[in-house]
Amino acid sequence: MSNNESKCSCSCSGTENCVEIELNKLDAVFDKWESQPGALIPVLQETQGIYGYIPAAAITAISERLRIPTSKIFGVITFYSFFSLKPRGKYLIRVCLGTACYVRGAEEVLTALKSQLGIDVGETTDDLVFTLDVGRCFGACGLAPVIMINEDVHQWVKSSDVEKILKSYRNLAQGAKNGSK
Amino acid sequence: MDDLLINERIKTPDDLKKIRETICASAEFNKEKVFVCAGGGCIASGSMKVKDALISELQKKGLADKVAVVETGCLGPCAVGPVIVIGKDGTFYQNVSADDATAIVHDHLIGGKVVEKLIHVADDVKQQNVDEIPFFKNQKKVVLNNCGKINPNKISDYIAVGGYSALSKVLTSMSSDETIAEVGSSGLRGRGGAGFPTGTKWTFAQKSEGDVKYILCNADEGDPGAFMDRSILEGDPHSVVEGMAVGAFAIGCKKGFVYVRAEYPLAVDRLQNAINQARECGLLGKNILGTEFEFDLEIRMGSGAFVCGEETALMASIEGKRGEPRPRPPFPAQKGLWDKPTVLNNVETYSNIPRIISNGAPWFASIGTAKSKGTKIFALAGAVEISGLVEVPVGTPLRKVIYDIGGGVPNGKAYKAAQIGGPSGGCIPADHLDVALDYESLNELGAIMGSGGLIVMDETSCMVDVARFFLEFVQDESCGKCVPCREGTHQMLQIINRICEGKGEMADIDTLQKMAVTIKNASLCGLGQTASNPVLSTLRHFRDEYEEHIRDKKCRAAVCKSLIVFEITDKCIGCGLCKKACPVSAICGSTKTRHSINTDMCTRCGLCYSTCKFDAIIKY
Repeated sequence: MSNNESKCSCSCSGTENCVEIELNKLDAVFDKWESQPGALIPVLQETQGIYGYIPAAAITAISERLRIPTSKIFGVITFYSFFSLKPRGKYLIRVCLGTACYVRGAEEVLTALKSQLGIDVGETTDDLVFTLDVGRCFGACGLAPVIMINEDVHQWVKSSDVEKILKSYRNLAQGAKNGSK
Repeated sequence: MDDLLINERIKTPDDLKKIRETICASAEFNKEKVFVCAGGGCIASGSMKVKDALISELQKKGLADKVAVVETGCLGPCAVGPVIVIGKDGTFYQNVSADDATAIVHDHLIGGKVVEKLIHVADDVKQQNVDEIPFFKNQKKVVLNNCGKINPNKISDYIAVGGYSALSKVLTSMSSDETIAEVGSSGLRGRGGAGFPTGTKWTFAQKSEGDVKYILCNADEGDPGAFMDRSILEGDPHSVVEGMAVGAFAIGCKKGFVYVRAEYPLAVDRLQNAINQARECGLLGKNILGTEFEFDLEIRMGSGAFVCGEETALMASIEGKRGEPRPRPPFPAQKGLWDKPTVLNNVETYSNIPRIISNGAPWFASIGTAKSKGTKIFALAGAVEISGLVEVPVGTPLRKVIYDIGGGVPNGKAYKAAQIGGPSGGCIPADHLDVALDYESLNELGAIMGSGGLIVMDETSCMVDVARFFLEFVQDESCGKCVPCREGTHQMLQIINRICEGKGEMADIDTLQKMAVTIKNASLCGLGQTASNPVLSTLRHFRDEYEEHIRDKKCRAAVCKSLIVFEITDKCIGCGLCKKACPVSAICGSTKTRHSINTDMCTRCGLCYSTCKFDAIIKY
């Protein structure tokens, strides 16, 4: 890591030992996959599972451990839409834009989400609560239109439902915050 | 293992038989059953709460020892979920909530009285039994036969209905040549879309020289509007494991991978659970059923790239690379995963295998048409009364699937088209509603069987917009490796966007057609080669809609924003709601008089249209 990047790259706002502690978490992932062929993608998936995104420091660590050039790793990360190089919100909202959802009005739901969150697709709200993304068919076409928030499926969503749905997650996030205090 | 009915490894074919007999004779297995759909759709609708409520209600009434609540795979009619079936009399209940548990247990299971409000009604006729409901009655379930009957999380349930007997049969009484011959003569064709004969594919891989070979399962079900593979993995994962094991025996390989989309977490869980159970029972691993045969399976998850459904891209992805396709030959059967001979089939194809081995090729070949055998599962969605999962013999008329099974187009709207085959497929217009759903007949109409997504569209869908939707999809998902696909789809999308905005010219239609053919001929992989199909097929069957957009600046379905006009009719009572809602103040009028819209200022956001409580605003 170069000097001008010594501040940690995660969203913890710079605790001193952050980078070191963070990277320790990857050891178990490496131990599990190191000896297996084709390990890079599962390792990246688990890395994102741990941090919520793929921090720059993790790429360096993966490169050293798996002996793959960082350029190659970067190439893989940017190829697949699931990987993110930026921190993401606590709740990842994915609007299905598959055919069934599309013909049943998913576009209007997306417009409502954009305007109420004040962000565009691929962006995260400033408070790191929501990230907005689109998906190509979640295989729940019988319930179209659907949106997924983390692992929860919301079905038959209308643009007028958006406010209520967002509020319930905001309350959850607020509750978790108060709880941790 | 938490499956109480099997407590030791299954070491020989005789063990398997004995264990099956033990399971079938056990008290647990012979309990009266209530089947609760635990498919992805019904879980999203709350079926797990229904299950818990039923269990606690049964305990309260002291029936827990007599009645078992069984979580099953997808029963099919996702739109009316959560759904349950009462085992003893086949009663089908829909839109069940946890609050209904008391009535179901008290009135039905104890009192023998049907809970009227949960019964399916079609054309004002109440249909109580699964066998008399048209949605079920008109299907033929082969691959989905276990969905709705067994718990996908229990290997004992699968073994009880004859599971792993096909593997036992090939290991003890068939050679690899005989196994391939059986699959070949059944006439099974790949269910992933292209319809390549499975037996032929296996022969190529078997004949390829190599000490290490691989067998892969493509569960990267990326076509928007398709959820068959997801439902098989969620509802009957062991059938896929068994099908792959039979395939591995046939081509002579020890290792397999299942490549599943990351969007299907439940399918991954259930499949992983099935693999673990099979391993613990000794049905995966070394010396399977006391023979020399060795085979193990691993799951690899996708990371959100549609192109990875293409076979060479899928293999690149398993190898840990960018999922870019490569030219063929060499074909995977010669040089596939890590340059070793590889067989790749789709989930539904593998799930057919145990049935073919157990029931014999002639049985399978008796279903379907002359050239296409067996059944096909379709994911029926869009403008249809009952959307969900449907399995019918190959060659069944489209009309039967949409009207007899799906209940037709709702809200009194007219059928316009069915989109079949996803982004590689095409649209079937009303005058071809009787087309047989088989590979050849669909090709003739410019559509493809594809993996089985079937989206019904009514008069509110604009066919130019549908073509635009699919082009946007393939343009977005094009991996960028070859120019015709990367640049060609981009250019085509620009032209279509122009047409949708009312800025198109008549010459654009010819340009689109020419580019479509070039992209088809020059692209590297299936994604590019089929990318222009939705445009070609809509041009073929709905050319008049393109011409209307260009010549008359009119979108008859009122979908293309730039071409819509909103108008306030004399139904308006002057309540002023629309005026308040309009973000650009394009509506004027005083209270209690008819308002009007200034079309020059109107941005066609549609807020007034959805706000009006008196249906006084029309769009055209």
